[in-house]
Amino acid sequence: MSSENVRFTDFKSDKQPTWCPGCGDFGTMNGMMKALAQTGNSPDDTFVVAGIGCSGKIGTYMRSYALHGVHGRALPVGTGVKLANPDLEVMVAGGDGDGYSIGAGHFIHAVRRNVDITYVVMDNRIYGLTKGQASPTSRPDFETSTTPEGSKQQPVNPLALSLAAGGSFIAQSFSSDAMRHTEIVQEAIEHDGFSLVNTFSPCVTFNDVDTYDYFRDSLVDLSEDDDYDRHDYDQAKDAILDADKEYMGVLYQNDDSVPYHEAHGVTENMADIPDGAPDGATDLVREFY
Amino acid sequence: MHDDLNWAIGGEAGDGIASTGKIFAQALSRAGRHVFTSKDFASRIRGGYTAYKVRTSVDRVQSVVDRLDILIALTERTVDENLDELHEGSIIIYDGDRTEFSDFEAPENVTALDVPLKSLAEDAGGAIMRNIVALGAVCAVADFPIENLDESLEKRFGGKGESIVNNNKEAARLGEEYVEDEYTDVTQQYELETTDEDYVLLNGDEAIGMGAIAAGCRFYAGYPITPATDVMEYLTGRIEQFGGHVVQAEDELAAINLALGAARAGARAMTATSGPGIDLMSETFGLVATSETPLVVANVMRSGPSTGMPTKQEQGDLNMMLYGGHGEIPRFIVAPTTVAECFHKTVEAFNLAEKYQLPVYLTADLSLAVTEQTYEPGEFDMDEVEVDRGKIVDEGDISAWQNEKDQFKPHAVTADGVSPRALPGTEGGVHMSTGLEHDELGRRTEDTDVRVEQVDKRYQKVDTAEEQEDFDYREFGDPEADNLVISWGSNEGTLVEALDYLEDDGVDVRVLSVPYIFPRPDLSDDVEAADDVLVVEANATGQFADVVEHDVLDRVKRVNKYDGVDFKADELAADIKETLA
Ligand SMILES: Cc1ncc(C[n+]2csc(CCOP(=O)(O)OP(=O)(O)O)c2C)c(N)n1
Ligand code: SF4
Repeated sequence: MSSENVRFTDFKSDKQPTWCPGCGDFGTMNGMMKALAQTGNSPDDTFVVAGIGCSGKIGTYMRSYALHGVHGRALPVGTGVKLANPDLEVMVAGGDGDGYSIGAGHFIHAVRRNVDITYVVMDNRIYGLTKGQASPTSRPDFETSTTPEGSKQQPVNPLALSLAAGGSFIAQSFSSDAMRHTEIVQEAIEHDGFSLVNTFSPCVTFNDVDTYDYFRDSLVDLSEDDDYDRHDYDQAKDAILDADKEYMGVLYQNDDSVPYHEAHGVTENMADIPDGAPDGATDLVREFY
Repeated sequence: MHDDLNWAIGGEAGDGIASTGKIFAQALSRAGRHVFTSKDFASRIRGGYTAYKVRTSVDRVQSVVDRLDILIALTERTVDENLDELHEGSIIIYDGDRTEFSDFEAPENVTALDVPLKSLAEDAGGAIMRNIVALGAVCAVADFPIENLDESLEKRFGGKGESIVNNNKEAARLGEEYVEDEYTDVTQQYELETTDEDYVLLNGDEAIGMGAIAAGCRFYAGYPITPATDVMEYLTGRIEQFGGHVVQAEDELAAINLALGAARAGARAMTATSGPGIDLMSETFGLVATSETPLVVANVMRSGPSTGMPTKQEQGDLNMMLYGGHGEIPRFIVAPTTVAECFHKTVEAFNLAEKYQLPVYLTADLSLAVTEQTYEPGEFDMDEVEVDRGKIVDEGDISAWQNEKDQFKPHAVTADGVSPRALPGTEGGVHMSTGLEHDELGRRTEDTDVRVEQVDKRYQKVDTAEEQEDFDYREFGDPEADNLVISWGSNEGTLVEALDYLEDDGVDVRVLSVPYIFPRPDLSDDVEAADDVLVVEANATGQFADVVEHDVLDRVKRVNKYDGVDFKADELAADIKETLA
């Protein structure tokens, strides 16, 4: 499939999503598909990795090479795919539980490796698939089936984690603002290095606090602020650590970022191997004389 | 019996024991002598007792013995630790410069040579070379041409510049001269004959790493753990020369998932770990199997359970590899029994993984992994390496594996259980893989028929492999003997030598050494034909013995159901009737 002719619907599988009507994940996925098509990718050269959760089902509804992995481990899989074949466009998607709870360790390490992956986290501040328990981004006073008196724990700030780990592209979007979400994911794909897009993707079934209305009313779009410079680390730090406001847009970008595979010369497609030992292998034996 | 010499250097961890031992072992190997090394190391970096032992002979040596002829003692404890192995004729070389030896009394009947290692080393250019002085002293005692040592020193220190090499050579000479001048009566007490043979000296971990590169492995991800780390250390710096890359992952869960990603992108990929790491990997191991991804997972076993004894030998993870993980998944387990086999079976593990599209455990025990042994270089013939990538489709033949909607079927049901693979980037091969039960397209399903079909498809690979592959064993000893001894892993070398002792005692045995745990050769006929059957293994419960017993005692009939639905009475009755018939 030549990439000029690709339309966003080519990234759609013929499987109907089983997400609840109104789930934020629909909008998140649509934006991802549009952004992929608009950046000139084709399903044949795209690899999508997802974890487990309502959000993790995205690999089923999109059409590309894909792996639907185990809970929390999608980022290492995406890293392996990208390093083995840097020609592929690699996208990793998952939920806030998947990425910031069970997969939190991998998140930090993926950021610090700066592998050229676009990581979209569908943040609904709840566990959807297991039916409504607290997630690491849930508010401390948020009551759920496992936290009837509130979660008693501080929420994680994924943007701050990313910044602390040396993130080179840190963004936040909102699934129902289709245009901005698509733009932001598109910028993330175009960024050379690891890109985090934390996408607010409301769960209409289990979260009646972090709702569409809440995000629509509270999110401040940084693209409308002429004084905001995403390349200014200190400004980004202040916005990311701002306890009173939540922002949308690209909060930080380092244009000098060199992705891992380029920095370390891992640029060949590793699938191409000879049908016997590679040239020069005999030298390996000689070393032991 | 061998005309062999047993030598050791012992001291505290951090004393440079391993590198000194290796220098000597290499010198012997270059001099055309066979070598078998073993390490006694505690799991700490400083302060623990450490020893490196070298057994050498002009004949092949394949095990340790409890006799020491020459001992370099860097600490007094070294002598105590090895007391039982010293005999009349043993020679101890100790550092007379060290105060702890000031009123040292050598064990009875043993000759102890007081050699001022530190001062002689300083004369040659630095106290750090005291172990090399000791090696020079050994050359005098064992009538071993010191030029062989020179070559080893060049190899070891060549990168650090000529003057360092020359200082080390000088240090060795000073040691040799000192013994020749001061202890004329013990010089040449032993004689290390040299030959024109060319040997290579390497351990199992190194052979696994070398086999991986030979097989075309390009991607390795791992997390450090004794005794598997050497595989990663070997590959780092070497695999890059062949277009590959090593990632030190943040943990074992990441390591296996990184390798899984690379494998799905089409690379030959591998991870290696030891017991505790295998525990962590087991969830993803199931995903690898269900998504039918070819992957080699090396488990270099150490003693367990839990953190066990990290630096000690055990073959205790067999059950974990055979049965570990929830649900049921076919996985192959290949278990080399010699260092050379570590190379060949690694190549084979990659071929099996890709031919059958499943995870393959490649397992070595600690002894096999860390003991260095000499081999003829021809045992590692790169021209003989064959790479079989199994069924891969390209754009031209992809349509045969698409449905009527041009969707590719990654899990197409075939007679042999193996479906063609489309590597990402292949036009028309777009598909998803998942750990969920899926249909031929890779899509989630709970359909009872499809579930059964896919489980059967995955297990069909085992039958196919049993038909197509040669899962053989090696045989030693008396083929007619009534006593049958079965072994796996590193025990083979020791058993081969034990045969001599048994023969002396008039005990005839037939030995089978089995390098495949699953699928494995059928041993039932051998077992049934023998009077006494013994399985030798380094664990408490006899895990391989259980497996052999299970195969022989094939009496239990099975009624199974795995479509996800409860047994129903009428259906069960019918099944039982049919099974009984
Ligand atoms: C090892 C493991 N532990 C627990 C689960 C159960 N589980 C499935 S989804 C999920 C939480 C998903 O939450 P989130 O990532 O926020 O995604 P959402 O469903 O909200 O989109 C959990 C705990 C699992 N599949 N695997
Ligand atoms: S439970 Fe919540 S997150 Fe899951 S599909 Fe329904 S709305 Fe979406």
